[in-house]
Amino acid sequence: MKLTFSPEDEAFRNQIAGWLRNNLVGEFAELKFRGGPGDEHMFPEERKRWEQKLAEGGWTCVGWPEAYGGRGLSIEQQVIFFEEYARAGAPGRMGHIGEGLAGPTIIAFGSEAQKEKYLPGIVAGTELWCQGYSEPNAGSDLANVQTRASLEDGKWRIHGQKVWTSLAHESDWCFVIARTEPGSKAHKGLGFFLVSMHQPGVTVRPIEQLTGTSEFNEVFFDGAVAEDIVGAPGEGWAVAMGLLGFERGVSTLGQQMQFQNELDEIIRLARANGAARNPGIRQRIAEAHTGLRLMRYNAMRMLSSSQDGQADSSALVYKLHWASWHRNLGALAMDVLGPEAELIDDAPYELSRLQSLFLFTRSDTIYGGTNQIQRNIIAERGLGMPKEPKGR
Amino acid sequence: MKFRFTDEQNMIRETAAGFLQDVSGPAAVREVMATESGYDRALWRRICEELCFQAITVPEEYGGMGLGYVELAIVLEQMGRNLLCSPFFGTVCLGGNGLLVAGTEQQKARYLSEIVAGELTATMAWTGPEAAHGGGEWGAEAVTATWEKTSEGYLLNGTLRYVINGHTADLLIVAAREAGTRGKDGVSLFTVPADLAGIQRSWLPTMDQTRHLGEVVFSEVSLSADSLMGEAGKGWPSLEKILDLAKVAIAAEQLGAAQQVLDMSVQYMQERVQFGRTISSYQALKHKAADMKLKCEVAYSAVYYAACVALESLDPDGDPAIAAQLREAAAMAKGYCSDTLFFNAGCALQLHGGVGFTWEYDVHLYFKRAKASELYLGNGAAQRELIAGLLLDEEFRT
Ligand SMILES: Cc1cc2nc3c(=O)[nH]c(=O)nc-3n(C[C@H](O)[C@H](O)[C@H](O)COP(=O)(O)OP(=O)(O)OC[C@H]3O[C@@H](n4cnc5c(N)ncnc54)[C@H](O)[C@@H]3O)c2cc1C
Repeated sequence: MKLTFSPEDEAFRNQIAGWLRNNLVGEFAELKFRGGPGDEHMFPEERKRWEQKLAEGGWTCVGWPEAYGGRGLSIEQQVIFFEEYARAGAPGRMGHIGEGLAGPTIIAFGSEAQKEKYLPGIVAGTELWCQGYSEPNAGSDLANVQTRASLEDGKWRIHGQKVWTSLAHESDWCFVIARTEPGSKAHKGLGFFLVSMHQPGVTVRPIEQLTGTSEFNEVFFDGAVAEDIVGAPGEGWAVAMGLLGFERGVSTLGQQMQFQNELDEIIRLARANGAARNPGIRQRIAEAHTGLRLMRYNAMRMLSSSQDGQADSSALVYKLHWASWHRNLGALAMDVLGPEAELIDDAPYELSRLQSLFLFTRSDTIYGGTNQIQRNIIAERGLGMPKEPKGR
Repeated sequence: MKFRFTDEQNMIRETAAGFLQDVSGPAAVREVMATESGYDRALWRRICEELCFQAITVPEEYGGMGLGYVELAIVLEQMGRNLLCSPFFGTVCLGGNGLLVAGTEQQKARYLSEIVAGELTATMAWTGPEAAHGGGEWGAEAVTATWEKTSEGYLLNGTLRYVINGHTADLLIVAAREAGTRGKDGVSLFTVPADLAGIQRSWLPTMDQTRHLGEVVFSEVSLSADSLMGEAGKGWPSLEKILDLAKVAIAAEQLGAAQQVLDMSVQYMQERVQFGRTISSYQALKHKAADMKLKCEVAYSAVYYAACVALESLDPDGDPAIAAQLREAAAMAKGYCSDTLFFNAGCALQLHGGVGFTWEYDVHLYFKRAKASELYLGNGAAQRELIAGLLLDEEFRT
């Protein structure tokens, strides 16, 4: 256990910091500190071009094996990469679902042909992905998906509806869980499909969120063709669950660096408007600071262990911790602003960044497994308590 | 940079866990906690002779093992888990750290060697009754004993309270101030053998019986000139560092205790049946247990992060940027772990129902330890205020 970085790692730090300094300029300068949580709908075109800029420098998928176009960085250097990325204020990544979820899943479970077909577009920052899991009747109870996949003339075709699909309107591909065996129940008889979003059988309808903006969508599949199935038909659940494991990967460090920027902004505001003298606010800022630091060390534990092929118990509580922390940060931002927090940037409903943060962080405790579901999982898998009774 | 235990550290952990489970079970704790000394001398000797825990952080030149604060935290975590009643915390985390941080070469050579040999117990006496002001401030104003310079050395006067093992320790590291000074000025540290003339000591019986406190009264106690640690009147920064290191140590104990009450609760919930089901099948209770688990995991990161920082801060060749985080890391660990242990112990009491309220069940031992260790050196709110001061009152740091 040691906190210091090696000289090679520090040299690497200079390398990435220098690259960002030289490239986050010109048309990209306006993207600084943009596109983070609550701001993800902003500057999509510019941020897509930024993805490609990153790729040219070899700075996408930095933790992937070199064989798949990654940089094969050690955990230490990935930590440094994400630290410097955030320190520079580089924008929220458009490609994170592909880089963090779809890619690692294809690497772990896909065929060689699938790796050759899908990974280069993710590495190049040219192909964006979305996640087609949730349905109107399959939220927390994800295994209840009803979307069907049927083999028609040798092709898998998808019929059904997904909902809450983030960034579907910006995406080129969607990974979809659908039922391959009619009449099958729960996690049996599912398949994990890769579906192009650019085809007649796919309709994307944006859903307006409480922010007045639309980051997520309804997606209708009317016989859309799935180009590939990852894993065997009927075994999609294992793939889908494997993917959720990647959600806790190194990309969480990038997310934390965004959090740090948000907290820094809140601290700056508190110092400027005198909220920093209010004892209650002081307690909450200190608590937020502590929580974020400890989140970082939780992540380090998780990653240091997984690098050595071991599971660490911190992984189990990770989502519940960061989601609750971030939700509290959103509320703290408003309380620091006081009555000023009420005034929006412009009519009809243009919110400030911190207002978006406040509202958007309420979703952190919902998507990717709600706080309640997380607690069920911690109690059942972490503490060996009985499973929740099921109604079917 | 690696944030997980080495194989050697895992071994120390297993050894400590196994040994302490054997020797510091509930029956042993209950027997010894009721005695005036508060510890079992034979067991202390075994710890010193067979396990050598007291030698972990002592450098090899003084006969110690020369290991770091991470190893120390590993052992403390297990001590907290088993509520070990012993002079370990006072001797190593107050006395030993005091010598390491502030001792002269001569003091270190003499006393650290005696600690390693298991011949000397120690503690630090630094607070007067003022430590309780404002609900527990534990700052420089709490130093109220006084020193004055004499021709042979120094003269000590004053009453020190809340001294861990103050009535039994052989060596006292004493903080006193020059008469007439205030705050951080005029504070000096001294090594004081407890048997000097003019020292009166008594046991202050406590609600948490697993850690004993004493009162030490100095009436015109004369000290030789070589008792002074560091420079006269300039002792506050050293004292503050010793206290920061002590916070990390307490936090490690709290972590172990917080895990233990969670384990006890889960076990009880799996056995207790109401309405025809084990109570562990009720979601309200599962979620409580999940929250306890989350806090344990985060507390674990807090403790070992702070221990890594302490390691660098005690190493003359340590990374200065990391060493400089000691105040903050110690406050985060102490604050988070204090709140965690009190939350977990309180939940444990509730989850046990009526039996948790009995003397017979062990939950109350942890519940009382929780409050005692939370208040010692400042509770969670006090630590957060300290952190807020670092974040908000100084030049903005990124
Ligand atoms: C901003 C946002 C983006 C999203 N992006 C995507 C995406 O890209 N792709 C995708 O597939 N999905 C996405 N989702 C969907 C998300 O995963 C689901 O909303 C989530 O899993 C909860 O499902 P639900 O909305 O159906 O709520 P429900 O499951 O109906 O839950 C309602 C309430 O009941 C509680 N509850 C349910 N079951 C239990 C139980 N067993 N025990 C205790 N409490 C329970 C829940 O905690 C919640 O409080 C997104 C959601 C949001 C808000």
